[in-house]
Amino acid sequence: MPSKEVYSWLRTRFFPHMWCPGCGHGIIMHSLLRALVDLKKDQSNTVIASGIGCSSRMPGYIDACTLHTTHGRSLGFATGIKMVKPEMTVIDVMGDGDCSAIGGNHFIHACRRNIDITAIVMNNNIYGMTGGQASPTTPGGALATTAPYGAVDPTFDLCRLAEGAGATFVARSTIANPKQAEKYIVDGIKHKGFSVVEIISSCHTQFGRKNNRRTPISNIEFLKSATVTKEKAKDMSPEELYGRIVVGEFVNKTAPEYTEQYLAMTKKVREG
Amino acid sequence: MGKVAFWQGNEALAMGALAAGCRFFGGYPITPSTEIAEKMAEELPKLDGRFIQMEDEISAIAATIGASIAGSKALTATSGPGFSLKQENLGLAYEAEIPIVVVDVMRGGPSTGLPTKAGQQDVMQARWGTHGDHGTIAYAPSSVEECYTMAIDAFNAAEKYRQPVLIMSDAEIGHMREKIEIPDPEDVRISSRKKPTVEMDKFVPYKADPEDDIPPMASFGDGYRWHVTGLTHNDWGFPTNNADEIEKKMTRLMRKIDRFRDDIVRYDTESVEDADILVVSYGSVARSSSRAVKDARARGMKVGHFRPVTLWPFPDKELEKLARKVKTIIVPELNCGQMVLEVERAVHGKSRVVPMELVNGDLFHPKDILEKISQEVR
Repeated sequence: MPSKEVYSWLRTRFFPHMWCPGCGHGIIMHSLLRALVDLKKDQSNTVIASGIGCSSRMPGYIDACTLHTTHGRSLGFATGIKMVKPEMTVIDVMGDGDCSAIGGNHFIHACRRNIDITAIVMNNNIYGMTGGQASPTTPGGALATTAPYGAVDPTFDLCRLAEGAGATFVARSTIANPKQAEKYIVDGIKHKGFSVVEIISSCHTQFGRKNNRRTPISNIEFLKSATVTKEKAKDMSPEELYGRIVVGEFVNKTAPEYTEQYLAMTKKVREG
Repeated sequence: MGKVAFWQGNEALAMGALAAGCRFFGGYPITPSTEIAEKMAEELPKLDGRFIQMEDEISAIAATIGASIAGSKALTATSGPGFSLKQENLGLAYEAEIPIVVVDVMRGGPSTGLPTKAGQQDVMQARWGTHGDHGTIAYAPSSVEECYTMAIDAFNAAEKYRQPVLIMSDAEIGHMREKIEIPDPEDVRISSRKKPTVEMDKFVPYKADPEDDIPPMASFGDGYRWHVTGLTHNDWGFPTNNADEIEKKMTRLMRKIDRFRDDIVRYDTESVEDADILVVSYGSVARSSSRAVKDARARGMKVGHFRPVTLWPFPDKELEKLARKVKTIIVPELNCGQMVLEVERAVHGKSRVVPMELVNGDLFHPKDILEKISQEVR
């Protein structure tokens, strides 16, 4: 049961939610809400944006300033809001396809700008809502409706992608470790600049059904067994790391934040 | 009257937007619209506004919509290919009822087409470009001065009716330099969106006022919490599959423009009182038509000019009234016959409609239109 404080962040009017029972996304939503409670955030000054897909339905259930936009484009909307109201806390939740396929260009440019938005990527390695198609993070060999003989496409490592594009806070956790996920969300929100928190989620309905992880529990067990800490991964060979999920904080650095830079420039212009 | 300036259409459009209270521009460079972005990049910082050059036209309109949700009057400008890219998010703004202004400085198409040549090939796209039904408000400026005043009109309409408003300029108008008399700020009427007055716990974000079908709009950050979605939603802004709620939303979306149709529609006429022949044209073409009509009148021909100032809603009732009196209507446009279909629909067989198409990148010379008029007189 959520705490009273977490409960007050929910739009119970819109329940029951539309996720399958046992979906990993609920765990992420709870981690996010606990993080917002921990940080004592004001609901009326918190923006939660999303794109399209299972992940994108999350903001609707949260009693804050929420927007559910178009597929892959949520960071553009969030950027406009942040530019006009830099004092607001802006969080953008996205799915793996949403973030790295259709939204890939927006994702790398948000990283490049280092705009103070926290991107929470709910990566379940599949397009769930449309019925289980392969995404840019579907592992090689895994089955999907559009990869009926196993995926042959190489995958993205979203954290390395974010780091390479200039994000100043990057971390990864899984739904098997919700306390760690919560901690990274807290750190990501506190961090001034573009933060990427990738949380490996699960979709037993669309991914698990075809890939021998049919129950919510079997997914949690898989994530627990596949998880390796960043420290441990350092001493492992690529062969040993194959198929493993490396968790930890990968980037945490200070760099000029976009809206601050922009506003400083405009102030200079006005003061001549 | 205020100051006089010698401006380009694109520059005037940017300055008009600023005069309307626009304080955000989400842009991406594309010929022949880029001067609007450049002007906004230069002027907005002076006014504590925000300019951002996004990574593409899709995110440029996304940021523009976001800025409006956060309470800013927001503009984006583009041209043909970029207008195509903006269509999906434009649809979201119609569905979620977010006021923004989108400028399409039309060039020749399809595809990359003729980036440096004027065209009028996007006028149906303006009406039907995004999937799904919605009311459309689209202005077509014919002069540099109109670029300025229409930017103000467009923002006023967007704010009043809570929806995107389009300005369908073209390469000729956008790049032409003309003398413009800038209206005094005190002579300019500025509308701003209606804000909710109820307490947060009584706020129903999409509950429309019955007298105008328009729900008051709160900005993110001013104390109200609400949900924006492109999904068909109920009064709470929450997705619905309930037939009654869907119908209520869709009906209101169309009705909020239909009921104010007469307030929105604008058109101009010239020498129509005793005309047997009518030229119907808009945008840059209207300038050639106007010259041709004057020349024809000087030669004793009874001809007039009708200029739709709003392409959408189309001034159909007003044109139909004139069609009862004229024998022939000539419709010159820089496309393969788009608005002529709307003219035919409006006049409903009451007069003969003659299309005039030009898609080779050139402009209509007044003498071309004069020749067509002479043929019809004979």
